Amino acid sequence: MDVSQYLEIFLDESKEHLQNLNTQILELEQDSENMDTINEIFRAAHSLKGMAGTMGYKRMQNLTHDMEDVFSEVRNGAIKVKPEMIDILFQCLDALEEYVNNIQESADEGTNDNEPIIKALAEIRNGASGGAAPAADKPKDEAPKADAAAEAPAAAPAASSNEKWREIKLTDTEKSLYDAAKAEGKKFFGIDVKVQESCLLKAARAFLVFKALEDHGEIIISQPSSQDIEDEKFENEFSVIVVSGDPIDEILKSVKAVSEIEDATGTELTDSDFAGVEASEEKDEAPAKEEKAEETAPAVVASADKKAAPAKAAEKKSAAKPVVNRTVRVDIEKLDSLMNLVSELIIAKNSLVSSATSSSESDSRNNNFQEQIEYLESVTTSLHESVMKVRMVPIESVVSKFPRMIRDLQKSLGKKMELYMTGEETELDRTVVDEIGDPLMHLLRNAADHGIESDANLRIQRGKPEAGSIFLDAYQDGNNVIIEVRDDGNGIDVDKVREKAIERGTITAEQAEGMTDKEITNLLFLPSFSTAKQISEISGRGVGLDVVKSTIEALSGEVEVKSKLGEGSTWIVRLPLTLAIIQALMVVVGNEKYAISLGSIQTIEDIPAKDIQLVQSKEVITLRGNVIPIVRLNDVLDIESTKSADENLMVIIVKKGDKLAGLVVDELIGQQEIVIKSMGKYITKSKLISGATILGDGEVALILDANALI
Amino acid sequence: MDELKVLEGSNLDTTTQYIVIQVGNEAYGINISYVETISRMVHITRVPKVQPYIKGVINLRGEVIPVLSLRLKMGLADDEITKKSRIIILKLEQYGMVGIVVDEVREVVTLEESQVEKVSADNTAEHQLFVSSVGKCEAGLISLLDLNAVVAEKE
Repeated sequence: MDVSQYLEIFLDESKEHLQNLNTQILELEQDSENMDTINEIFRAAHSLKGMAGTMGYKRMQNLTHDMEDVFSEVRNGAIKVKPEMIDILFQCLDALEEYVNNIQESADEGTNDNEPIIKALAEIRNGASGGAAPAADKPKDEAPKADAAAEAPAAAPAASSNEKWREIKLTDTEKSLYDAAKAEGKKFFGIDVKVQESCLLKAARAFLVFKALEDHGEIIISQPSSQDIEDEKFENEFSVIVVSGDPIDEILKSVKAVSEIEDATGTELTDSDFAGVEASEEKDEAPAKEEKAEETAPAVVASADKKAAPAKAAEKKSAAKPVVNRTVRVDIEKLDSLMNLVSELIIAKNSLVSSATSSSESDSRNNNFQEQIEYLESVTTSLHESVMKVRMVPIESVVSKFPRMIRDLQKSLGKKMELYMTGEETELDRTVVDEIGDPLMHLLRNAADHGIESDANLRIQRGKPEAGSIFLDAYQDGNNVIIEVRDDGNGIDVDKVREKAIERGTITAEQAEGMTDKEITNLLFLPSFSTAKQISEISGRGVGLDVVKSTIEALSGEVEVKSKLGEGSTWIVRLPLTLAIIQALMVVVGNEKYAISLGSIQTIEDIPAKDIQLVQSKEVITLRGNVIPIVRLNDVLDIESTKSADENLMVIIVKKGDKLAGLVVDELIGQQEIVIKSMGKYITKSKLISGATILGDGEVALILDANALI
Repeated sequence: MDELKVLEGSNLDTTTQYIVIQVGNEAYGINISYVETISRMVHITRVPKVQPYIKGVINLRGEVIPVLSLRLKMGLADDEITKKSRIIILKLEQYGMVGIVVDEVREVVTLEESQVEKVSADNTAEHQLFVSSVGKCEAGLISLLDLNAVVAEKE
């Protein structure tokens, strides 16, 4: 079967399951008795195995299978969760992640069998009491169950017998049909059909089987559902219940006559099969009762299964819940193209607005026109907001991997530390969320490696708890999202940084004299600047903070650091909520129009030319006690100003971190919603320009990067 | 069957269509398969602090496209925009869409492989650096442009 079209879904879901497993196993480490966690792990491992199997990734399937085995033992109480076991499980997850990464890159899982892990898992299992051997076989029966859980959440837990049709949930409807058929002298048969593994058109074969069955009688119910079978959403087996007057042998014969059908088995349903329907309201438990009636599997397994049955039923119910969740998985590219269309619409709207304001005849028709345009404006704005909201995802998907990382670092660095996170639900544009993972990871590693003191005694001397704390707080602040990475460790030793900078020739000793602590700290963001005395594998390879800074700036964000020696440091990452459409102030310099993002603008001032002073031969103005350097945009942009030297200056005060600057422009046009367009790969040299936008009249205006001007 | 297809393909390959443009006194050919569209002169927005031969950016159906001057790139005098001036929008693998300003677009010619001759490498005049080969047709000789070299960044 060609599964390539499902590859993306597979990758997405595997990653989700792996992430879930990571989180759950971490929880398990804290609370090794928690049945909910164990069940959740079991379920996730199970789904992962089913998916890997369907896609034909045998190695991945094997590994998950073994992992799942361990958990089925844990669930049965045969083994207890031990710390060593957690470590092996994490190794196991890493190996699985490697498979997934390989698959993502080359659609192939690679050739690593991860035998040591499989062996370690087997050892854990063998450590379990006597019941281990038969239990190893059991999960094989459970494999289709995972699929059943995904495709037909209502499906009841499987019987351990080989008769898969028993997994089909029987309800009152079937019961009444059964009674009616019995009155007519017809019988119910449960039939399992196995399609050859090499079969390419399983759905077509299944269709032929259905046709053959319909010759004999009527199909009551099938599993997976007939729709899923049509869509080929099944592995090599499916089960049906048919009502027919013909003997079972004859029915099976005609099913087997269909080519590429490996096997078909079936039995007659009896009253006892429906006993559960009547006896219990809790229909999920029905098959468990059935099991008692017709037990075919070995006794050991059966007893284990029966014990697990109620738990399974409960688990299936919770697993069924997400189905009610009315969400749709959408390819980000589709959203991008929707976003582009909205952008086009906004450009068209802007051009309508500008042509409406330019034609100034105020007859009544024009009034109506104006009203309609205002209406259009409000509709496009809401449309834009909705599309943006659709693109927003909580940062949880990125930050949820961090607790695991800190746990690993704790072991490899030999320091005690805890990670506390808040605001995981804070939402950001999907494109930003995708990019922000690495920089945050780096900041956290930095905090763990350089921040938290290596010497626990030093911490106690300083009156801090032995275990270091690292905080990751995310929150929304106006049009920005702030993510703070904070630690209660050593803080940045400014003198050491200064020394290092001089030693490396980054700055001269004289320069260092004139620099504030803050300026020195900012040197950390320069390429190849690392103060770690020892180069460790975690951080300190000299690549890092500069990459963090450039990645964040590429997202139109900024990063700054506040630190106090001996008390800790805080890294503050500020990111714009959205990337594609922003509110901007349109200005004129010379005869050219430019846009400046409203996000960075503090105020707009009208300054008399005589108020400009010179400090170190640079022009500054004094505003409410602040000395602010001014930047004449016409000089920076190489264009003639249209104003004469003695006229008042129009100064836009922009802010970057806590630095201010005044940008001198010739004229203000006004505030406008603009769509950011990339300038392509060709123009890369211009640092001042962060992008371009298309104005209402079709002309291109450039967006000034205020950050680069400060 | 497959062999047949290959044969057909190679047959097609022996002829190539070129757009003939005029820059200064010379005619140049641009392989038509790289040409996305040809636009009349529109307002070009200057981009500050870039290489002098980059004229700026234009709006082409909602996309922002960089435009460069073939004349400046070749070391000739700056473009004089006339009614005949055109912007040829190229689509190149490495750079995406890039526009080049030319004095005039004359015609489209179809050249057989046998009509195209590689030029010797000792031709070092600046405006010849971008010429990969020469095509012969009824109208005379056409210098065929190596578009990647034309667009490539000049230090």
